[in-house]
Amino acid sequence: MEAELLARLTADLAWIRPELLLAGFALLGTLVGAWMGDRASGLLSGLCAIALVVAAYFAWQVRPAEPHTVFNGALSIDGFSAYAKTVIALAAAATLLLGADHFARRNERRFEFPVLIALSAVGMFVMVSANDLITLYVGLELQSLAAYVLAAFRRDDARSSEAGLKYFVLGALASGLLLYGSSLIYGFAGSVRFDEIATAAGQGGVGLIFGLVFLVCGLAFKMSAAPFHMWTPDVYEGAPTPVTAFFAAAPKLAAVALLARVLYGPFAGLEAQWQQVIIALSGISLLVGAFIALAQTNIKRLMAYSSIHNMGFALMALAAGTEKGMSAALIYMTIYLPTTIGAFAGILAMRRDGKDVETIDDLAGLASRKPWLAMLLTVLFFSVAGIPPLAGFFGKLVTFQAAVDGGLWPLAVVAALATVISAAYYLNIIKVMWVNAPAPAFQSSGPTIAVTAGLATLLVFPVLVVGFGWIEQAALFAASSSFP
Amino acid sequence: MQIGLEHYLAVAAALFTIGVFGIFVNRKNIIIILMSIELVLLSVNVNLVAFSSFLGNIEGQIFAMFVLTVAAAEAAVGLAILVTYFRNRGDIAVEDLNLMKG
Repeated sequence: MEAELLARLTADLAWIRPELLLAGFALLGTLVGAWMGDRASGLLSGLCAIALVVAAYFAWQVRPAEPHTVFNGALSIDGFSAYAKTVIALAAAATLLLGADHFARRNERRFEFPVLIALSAVGMFVMVSANDLITLYVGLELQSLAAYVLAAFRRDDARSSEAGLKYFVLGALASGLLLYGSSLIYGFAGSVRFDEIATAAGQGGVGLIFGLVFLVCGLAFKMSAAPFHMWTPDVYEGAPTPVTAFFAAAPKLAAVALLARVLYGPFAGLEAQWQQVIIALSGISLLVGAFIALAQTNIKRLMAYSSIHNMGFALMALAAGTEKGMSAALIYMTIYLPTTIGAFAGILAMRRDGKDVETIDDLAGLASRKPWLAMLLTVLFFSVAGIPPLAGFFGKLVTFQAAVDGGLWPLAVVAALATVISAAYYLNIIKVMWVNAPAPAFQSSGPTIAVTAGLATLLVFPVLVVGFGWIEQAALFAASSSFP
Repeated sequence: MQIGLEHYLAVAAALFTIGVFGIFVNRKNIIIILMSIELVLLSVNVNLVAFSSFLGNIEGQIFAMFVLTVAAAEAAVGLAILVTYFRNRGDIAVEDLNLMKG
């Protein structure tokens, strides 16, 4: 009996190699940091990046052909979680390297940065693998608690600690809503396990719908979909820029993946009910993200509204309620991630007299000072605006296809209008860079920023349409593996 | 009078509402917001334990244990951030959370 239990435990542990690797790194990293102090930050950042890349490899490598559950059904390892984990780990590694370089340049080396990123990544891994309500909550909190600390990372800066405080208060409220929803779902379904909730949801029930609405509100908060987006602009502006880049990339994909898993798994039977909610969230996010961004002068706030707008697209794909919708959301997020990381690499390059500058006017005449950086940023902003033949266009195309196939014509029309409006502010940035009279030059930036922006630009470039086909295949595999 | 499931649910719903209102209505002190967050989490625990006992299913009580643990971690992180904020601003009034307009 005991031998059998032990054998099962060992077998289960082999399935969660990526999580074990990162959690082990976080614990050892804390120990090394406590021993060596902030001198260890360079070493730990390098090791953490390696650990994240290896975790991405493990995550893709352990994917089974058939969904497999471990630890008595607490975690589900399948193509969907493997895909999400791979992308999350790579995005986290890229933002970690950007951040390590930035903090080293400003003489703000702290060993906690790589450790917190690793912990946050473990939380995201658990989120996308969650197969019951307890795992969902614990994964989400692990990710969020690390994120609150990261937002307040520059601890002698009033704006950074204000950002951390706001993020914490609103994030804790979102967790509370999500938990209250979970408790109602548990009560009315009689179990926290997703498969048993699915059975209960098939029979309907007001209590379950009530709980689901609370749960979706909590998740919408975490993915900053309007009208639950109030924290996003302030946190994006106040947090140190590399941390903002991290927030804008990996956690967004994790939240979208978690929402997809919850809606398409246990609550597939209530599709008629949740579809309305997701359509509303999507439409409001698209419009808020497009209109309010027009009035922004700070580029980090602008990126915050841009991310709200982009979440609207991912939600539109999910609202379709089909397997195609799920793969479209994954493809859209996968293309959005490198674009946004590249754009933040450009923002990190905006330094003058040893200080970060962050208004759009500071980019004026960048084309004559730094033609290469201006070129890369132009391509990235064209891509996120959805101009063909860049990758961002294909991302938008698949979400539109999914929405139209799902019969969501009105939402697709709203999305098209919002895209046109959002193109205005992306084009404004490009105009400022190429046409306006040059502002004083930026300091020269490090190789990490150039390499990241360059790689991101390459990824969105149409030369890699072959790569796009590969992403599409992987996303389709991921969606089909979690679809009943 | 028999005390049934619905009474526990009503208490939990009331606590939850008080907690959420405490976060939004209070304009004075951030510590009160932390207390309100705690109230929200505890109302969830009342729900979970009541359902667990009603259903004769142990999962709800295990969930409540996890919520307690995470609530402790959350309070620790929240107070730590509050301390750095106080060091920078010398005040913890909610009205002063306005360096950035959002």
